[in-house]
Amino acid sequence: MQLDNLYQEVILDHYKNPQNKKLSANYDAQVHHVNPSCGDEIDLNITVKDGVVEAITWDGVGCSISQASVSILTDLLIGKTITDAYKIYDEFVALMQSKGTVEGNEDLLEDAVALAGVSKYPARIKCALLGWMAFKDASVQAQAK
Amino acid sequence: MAFDAVAIRADFPIFDRKIRDGKRLVYLDSGATSQKPNVVIDAESNFYRLHNAAAHRGAHQLAEEATEAIESARQVVSEFIGGQEDEIVFTKSSTEALNLLAYSIGSAPKGNKFHLSAGDEIVVSEMEHHANLIPWQQLAARTGAVLKWFEVTPEGRLDLSDINSVITTKTKIVALTHQSNVLGTINLLDELVKRTHDVGAVFILDACQSVPHMPVNVVELDIDFLAFSGHKAVGPTGVGVLWGRSNLLAELPPFLFGGSMIESVTMTDATWAPAPRKFEPGVPNMAQIVGLGEAVKYLSKIGMPAIHNHEIELTKYAIANMAAIDSLRVVGPLDTNMRGGAVSFTLGEIHPHDLGQFLDDAGIAVRTGHHCAWPLTRKMGVPATTRASFYLYNTLDDIDQLCTSILAAQKYFG
Ligand SMILES: Cc1ncc(COP(=O)(O)O)c(C=O)c1O
Repeated sequence: MQLDNLYQEVILDHYKNPQNKKLSANYDAQVHHVNPSCGDEIDLNITVKDGVVEAITWDGVGCSISQASVSILTDLLIGKTITDAYKIYDEFVALMQSKGTVEGNEDLLEDAVALAGVSKYPARIKCALLGWMAFKDASVQAQAK
Repeated sequence: MAFDAVAIRADFPIFDRKIRDGKRLVYLDSGATSQKPNVVIDAESNFYRLHNAAAHRGAHQLAEEATEAIESARQVVSEFIGGQEDEIVFTKSSTEALNLLAYSIGSAPKGNKFHLSAGDEIVVSEMEHHANLIPWQQLAARTGAVLKWFEVTPEGRLDLSDINSVITTKTKIVALTHQSNVLGTINLLDELVKRTHDVGAVFILDACQSVPHMPVNVVELDIDFLAFSGHKAVGPTGVGVLWGRSNLLAELPPFLFGGSMIESVTMTDATWAPAPRKFEPGVPNMAQIVGLGEAVKYLSKIGMPAIHNHEIELTKYAIANMAAIDSLRVVGPLDTNMRGGAVSFTLGEIHPHDLGQFLDDAGIAVRTGHHCAWPLTRKMGVPATTRASFYLYNTLDDIDQLCTSILAAQKYFG
């Protein structure tokens, strides 16, 4: 089924068992992002210490793609330096915009390459990017503090 | 002639194509936009092929033909909804028609019937599409008027229990939808229109989801203004209709200014042509207007009562079969009394976006999200829904396929 390219096992796993989905009491920055076309919403907290992403926690409602994408993001970026995190971020955004023409760098993206199939469904790219946009916004705010 | 949805499908060329690797197209998204029959597609392209010229302008044969073509479409549309020819204003869409009203009313000077002052009231409902909500929010903000609304009951009906305290002597405008694009609810207007007129206000009907699907007669409804979009009524995109009582259109100031809408112009001033021209500046969307005329003829030939009955039958069948599915919740009335063919639902924990994607993979087109009625979905206690909406070319097979695929989706995501 065509659909299995989109809904990879990893995605459904993260959807059913989302990681770090509980907003922390402490944070350097907190953001709220929405996807106005489908009503998906996310709150995301971040703590950045000495140039390292120390914690990302979140809560939100949305489809499996948007929920799994944030969950994967937290697994991937917590503990990374901001510099490395942004490298991964750039790679992921490029993958989403690739219209299915690239497979994605698995060394860099790890589980997030499972979302490569999303890039063939233009209406779903925003779902996959919702958490990533929230992360970028929050990390910029945290560093400006 | 008996109503035959299968024969009707043959008039719509899009049903000849395949979806997602060879699947039959099950189009259940007519609430967003309808498909187009050949007669409409041909009328639009033949206008460009044979009659294209600026209507109401040039002194030549083509200009005469173009003028004749759009004016006869105006006549056909006016007969379709029971109005007069000079009461039909062609706009780009119902969104534009409703904004036209909001801006025109907002610019009415003191002494004009439509003039709004601080403390005047505008009444809408919780089940409005954003197109019949935000223009009034904004008008209220510009004028200091107060926005009030009717609430929606848990069953998805308008709560009219306090009608006299919602519509009061301060009310100047009541703007309501005829049929909800989310719930499918058809609003009974009698009491609302009577109360509106008793307090001296005007009644504006968003008929986007009713005019394409059931007989609508502006005189019988006794309303003051009505808006609908061509593209939801088997017509082209880029054309909508504003109907208004002629005495009210005469009093209402224009919204957009430019060519063709004037009576006389000097360097410092201008006066307006009578309605509908006063509201139609610039070269109109002629090919689309002509296409809409054909669309309305096509629907009339089949008959609006027959189309409505067909949709009720489909809706009854859909609700009965869907309600039998475990953890499926229909968001909207479950009985088909005063209810049209838009069926929104949730499916347990499965997000509408995921369900929509799964259905798409089976060739089934539905809409997911808040359907441009965010306050309503919030009120109904759901972040988003999936909506199947029916029209004259849908069949019981389409609904069977929908239900089968919903069950398959539960397995897939379960
Ligand atoms: C009830 C209702 N009102 C207004 C609109 C706006 O129509 P359009 O986008 O064609 O202007 C819609 C379209 O979805 C609708 O369903």
